Amino acid sequence: MCLAVPGKIESVSGDDPLLRTGRVNFGGIIKEVNLAYVPEANVGDYVIVHVGFAISTLDEQEAQRVFGYLREMDELKELEQGSP
Amino acid sequence: MKFIDEYRDAKAAHRYARAIARMTKKTWTIMEVCGGQTHAIVKFGVDELLPKEITLVHGPGCPVCVTSVELIDKAIEIASRHEVIFCSFGDMLRVPGTGKDLLSVKAHGGDVRIVYSPLDSLKIARENPAKEVVFFAVGFETTAPANAMAVYQAHQQRIENFSMLVSHVLVPPAMEAILSSPANRVQGFLAAGHVCTVMGYKEYEPIARKYHAPIVVTGFEPLDILQGVYMCVKQLEEGRFEVENQYTRSVRREGNQPAQQLIREVFRVVPRKWRGVGEIAHSGLGLNPKYERFDAEQRFGVTLHTVEESSECISGLILQGIKKPHECPAFGTRCTPEHPLGATMVSSEGACAAYHRYRRLRVPEGTRIGQKS
Ligand code: SF4
Repeated sequence: MCLAVPGKIESVSGDDPLLRTGRVNFGGIIKEVNLAYVPEANVGDYVIVHVGFAISTLDEQEAQRVFGYLREMDELKELEQGSP
Repeated sequence: MKFIDEYRDAKAAHRYARAIARMTKKTWTIMEVCGGQTHAIVKFGVDELLPKEITLVHGPGCPVCVTSVELIDKAIEIASRHEVIFCSFGDMLRVPGTGKDLLSVKAHGGDVRIVYSPLDSLKIARENPAKEVVFFAVGFETTAPANAMAVYQAHQQRIENFSMLVSHVLVPPAMEAILSSPANRVQGFLAAGHVCTVMGYKEYEPIARKYHAPIVVTGFEPLDILQGVYMCVKQLEEGRFEVENQYTRSVRREGNQPAQQLIREVFRVVPRKWRGVGEIAHSGLGLNPKYERFDAEQRFGVTLHTVEESSECISGLILQGIKKPHECPAFGTRCTPEHPLGATMVSSEGACAAYHRYRRLRVPEGTRIGQKS
């Protein structure tokens, strides 16, 4: 129900901020999505979409943090165990 | 798919699991609040990767599961009227009310339609001016901006044959209710990433401080959940209780401001009864006086109506993290997804349904993460 999925904005239309919509690509499936809550989002951005509304623009840099964190933990382990 | 597949990498998942095991010294019980997380945890077997010291219990974060029997009965009553087109998200149709469900209303000729977005129901209202179109607005903070927009547009565009049966619930008061219960065993939380995408996480900071419970805002993919567990266990082991954000690619501390603005415009905080749990103060949203004419309960005169809930279903205890689905005597026997006794067996985000779907056949270790359904 709270399922919200990432998709890429392919085009944007509408001038009224409340009615601004975009065509969003979810791995090949295109859907019309309301962009009123992501005024900063533009073509090429990835947005999280829930029941027809984009609720955030994904931050590409932050998206890597999960992997960076993993590397830090592994390095920490090597330090603790004194391996090279 | 980008932003999905990379977070299902089995090797990385096992590295996280090993890091968690190395760090864990004591036993801890952590609750994932959101049903979407419950679904992912059970589907990908995330909990089976964790050391035995860590127990994940499943929270109340499935709006379908916590919608009260009264509201389901009201929905059924409204949907049965000949002048009504009743629109709902699909998973509400099979939730049992006192006697029947919305699907049986449809089977008996009621015009009950499944919609993907509340804006679809507004479109149906525009196209059917002679009918009353009612939308069943269930959901947490994640869904509130969409439902607020539907009401706001109905108001702006004067679509008067549209109304909403509002069953909105709020997460932080439910977390407080769980933490302050004498039966509570939850020591830390994975907060719901999409709820916080909308609301931010400032309102969790006093809760973490007051109950000494770390809260980690967490995403929905296996690696997100494992990192969330790691951050939560780290706090527990170090004796810290802060609000941290794992899901930084989507969640900012102040949340989505335009969305919050429209929620405040259309809705106000009200007490709400949660199925299996009871009434929790300040835990729901209702329409502001300015938009009350779109309230389906008032429009159809179904405001006064209370019922007793069935006693066999223990979903209330499951939603509070006190019991697990397989501890229910009806689980898999008298209660199945085909014949659900409680709502947690209906929704794919309900803990009972997730256990029933994914836990019947054991899959060999190591093959679960990254599998496609
Ligand atoms: S198995 Fe069925 S009866 Fe038991 S708690 Fe879950 S939904 Fe309720």
